[in-house]
Amino acid sequence: MAKRIDVSGLTAYYGSHKAIEDISMTIEPRSVTAFIGPSGCGKSTFLRTLNRMHEVTPGGRVEGKVLLDSEDLYGAGVDPVAVRREVGMVFQRPNPFPTMSIFDNVAAGLRLNGRYKKSELADIVEKSLRGANLWNEVKDRLHKPGAGLSGGQQQRLCIARAIAVEPKVLLMDEPCSALDPISTLAIEDLIGQLKQRFTIVIVTHNMQQAARVSDRTAFFNLAAVGKPGRLIEIDDTERIFSNPSVQATEDYISGRFG
Amino acid sequence: MSHAAIAGTRTERDRSSLHGARLPRWSPYAIALGAAALAVLVGTLAGLHSRIQWGLIAAALFVLGLYGASARVEGLRRAKDRLATSLVWAAFLLAVVPLVSLIWTTLTCGVKVLDVHFLTHSMGVVADTEPGGGIYHAIVGSLQQVGLATLIGAPIGVLTAIYLVEYGRGRLARAVTFFVDVMTGIPSIVAGLFILSLMLILKMQPFGFAGSLALAILMMPVVVRSTEEMLKLVPNELREASLALGVPKWRTILKVVLPTSIGGITTGVVLAVARIAGETAPVMLLVFGNPFINNNPFEGAQASLPLYIYQQYANSAGSGAAYDRAWAASLTLIAFVMLLNLGARGIARWKAPRTGR
Amino acid sequence: MDTATHQTQAGTPVPPPRPSAAGQKRAARGATHLGDRIFLGLSRGSGVLLLLIMAAIAVFLTYRASLAIGRDHGNFLTTFEWNTNQDPPVFGIAVLAYGTVVSSVIAMVLAVPVAVAIALFLTHYAPRRLSGPIAYVIDLLAAVPSIVYGLWGALILVPHMNGLFGWLDDHLGWTGIFSWEGGAPRSMLTVGILLAIMILPIVTNVSREVFRQVPRMHEEAALALGATRWEVIRMAVLPFGRSGVISASMLGLGRALGETMAVATVLSPTFDIKASLLDPGGGTFAQNIAGKFSEATEFGRDALIASGLVLFVITLLVNGAARMIIARRKEYSGAAA
Repeated sequence: MAKRIDVSGLTAYYGSHKAIEDISMTIEPRSVTAFIGPSGCGKSTFLRTLNRMHEVTPGGRVEGKVLLDSEDLYGAGVDPVAVRREVGMVFQRPNPFPTMSIFDNVAAGLRLNGRYKKSELADIVEKSLRGANLWNEVKDRLHKPGAGLSGGQQQRLCIARAIAVEPKVLLMDEPCSALDPISTLAIEDLIGQLKQRFTIVIVTHNMQQAARVSDRTAFFNLAAVGKPGRLIEIDDTERIFSNPSVQATEDYISGRFG
Repeated sequence: MSHAAIAGTRTERDRSSLHGARLPRWSPYAIALGAAALAVLVGTLAGLHSRIQWGLIAAALFVLGLYGASARVEGLRRAKDRLATSLVWAAFLLAVVPLVSLIWTTLTCGVKVLDVHFLTHSMGVVADTEPGGGIYHAIVGSLQQVGLATLIGAPIGVLTAIYLVEYGRGRLARAVTFFVDVMTGIPSIVAGLFILSLMLILKMQPFGFAGSLALAILMMPVVVRSTEEMLKLVPNELREASLALGVPKWRTILKVVLPTSIGGITTGVVLAVARIAGETAPVMLLVFGNPFINNNPFEGAQASLPLYIYQQYANSAGSGAAYDRAWAASLTLIAFVMLLNLGARGIARWKAPRTGR
Repeated sequence: MDTATHQTQAGTPVPPPRPSAAGQKRAARGATHLGDRIFLGLSRGSGVLLLLIMAAIAVFLTYRASLAIGRDHGNFLTTFEWNTNQDPPVFGIAVLAYGTVVSSVIAMVLAVPVAVAIALFLTHYAPRRLSGPIAYVIDLLAAVPSIVYGLWGALILVPHMNGLFGWLDDHLGWTGIFSWEGGAPRSMLTVGILLAIMILPIVTNVSREVFRQVPRMHEEAALALGATRWEVIRMAVLPFGRSGVISASMLGLGRALGETMAVATVLSPTFDIKASLLDPGGGTFAQNIAGKFSEATEFGRDALIASGLVLFVITLLVNGAARMIIARRKEYSGAAA
């Protein structure tokens, strides 16, 4: 049940500072879209506007439209809580709830949304942990604290927690930047599987990663220091990495700056 | 997907929509108005005189009404969220009432007799039930007792903190840390009783310095804790750089560590002073109070500001003049404590260690 | 002593001063050594002095208390009387222990939920422009001397309690706990309410500090799952802050247990235990010491010291319990992570 995202004319602010300006793009369902670009170009900010997390930062506000299958996230009367249930998110640093067990972490989102029978809940938790390729590693210690896992396992636990509520879109904000190469590989494999079911958007600093996992790639850049970030181009990943249409993209990818 | 469908039927009528049914923006105000109107109605019908009761009824009606309306329209989750919001606001407003009343009363009642005469005269020739007199003797007593307590408590506290942070290893340091914690919890009257037990053994009569000793005991753990915090903020690189230059440890502490953290240490000491300046119980046991001016803290009973407030309240058999003096003395004491607090903050801001985070 | 002198922070190996000072003049070297010794002596001496003071408090209080208890013709723990001037003297702490515990429990029950709510208000609900100044004012209120709270309680709060007491008597009087014979409302409930108001700022402040330290990422995790504000607080903020709130509450409890002046001004003490919290009477350790002190003989003072010793032990137990709770919570919550 993945959904398409259509962004048009999106500008985001921190107080009076304009962080990103006039971004428009389409993100296809059941695909992986990667955002790349130098630090501070606003790709994470843009990602956070896609589930209305940008506005929880003090002073954060947004102009423009984000359509989720033709429904505007920023339309009048839209409940941001409902938006975040549809559009899940995985963060840069693994952040399982430290006071909860592994099981409770995965069940946390479900428990918010309704009452489940014990067996039902157990089924979904197992399914989600399997979906995150974590089940075999934790099935014997489901009721131990999640904080006891390794960094890579914690991140997959967070992915399990996010997919347990069956969102339509999954946003990932540099999900591997705090992980070692082996854990990174495990997450990348997982992303490849998850795109069968979800629309996935991933912010990454690592261009090889973008090339490995994504179907389409968007390149963001700043016009100058202190200016807002902009979308330079978005295209099929293969095109971007072989034959981009903008010079700046090629410069960035070939390592000439950034 | 199957379970999402189950959840959907249970919780939301239309899960595909991002538009949960929501109360219009004006509804809390409308409910507030309705609650107020209803409270007035109930209040008049039941013949309740107290405005406070009317207010409480209105508040209860508002909280329940909003919860009910939200639960019907928006569902239980959002209703709970709204309930929590109302209760948090209510708790805040509820707590504001007494605290504002405290400050307001002290201000308005305190300024009645607070003038130059009040600050420069004692109660020597004024009966407790008569108007007139002042707090000069109490100010003198307080300043001397608190000053002496600071002279004893602050250096011991700071040195102990230096020991714990710069030298502290092993069993002695652990014991000191533990007992500093214990000491923080000593009720002030127990510290007073301790000095009292010494005075009983030595057959001594009350005098100002005895109070200072008890106050110093109360001050030490506070100073140790705050100084420790500040010394721990000094980066180790600074110490190592100095030691590597061959500067001996004691000079490193004196010339590098202390100057870096002096602002924070001073703040801690000033806050501790502010705390003991308001202590009444030990002073009552050890200094006893005295309507006359006694400039010698080492002999004879003395007055002190907090004790003066208590005695004006307790010994005056409901005399309005005495209450006025008690309020005026309270205002003076609060002003003194607040000035110390503000001063401490000023120092903290001015001398904040620039560690460059 | 020498090893201690040359030890440095965090065990980082640093050349001991002696070799590096080799180039200096002999006199300077001697002074250096002496300086280090004096400085270490002073600071360690202060630490030892602190230990000695604590020991002295325990020893002297126990000694003077034993003088009094030895001549007590009642049972010190169970007697409902405090007559130290008669012959033979009869006194006991039962009433005081009861009153101290009851008033402090009332204070905690009232203050802790409200303080937690205000702390949440300041960190998660209030507009930013408002929360800063309010936090500042609460900070200052925590520094208001208890005698001022006492004066305010006696002159302002007590007269305002009549309405509440009448209402409680009308509606809950049948419970016995809330029945009221109509005396001046200088009772345990009033004391508890005043103590609650008094400890509110300090408990609020510490709780607010704790809630502010909840890592942003835990709150964002909850938000991203589609949690409402209240659900974020329940999932991420409260579990993380629990041990901190407990220690804040214990801090408040310690203050309430040992508070003297606020109780002494508000309560009309009697030496018995009332079933009702509304009828004046009862007493607390600290209040009893302050009230009985001025007319007490030397023996009477020793008896008061004995009751003070009990208060001391109670506060030690409370502090110890708080520390244990916090240590255990930390272990299992992984709050340090």
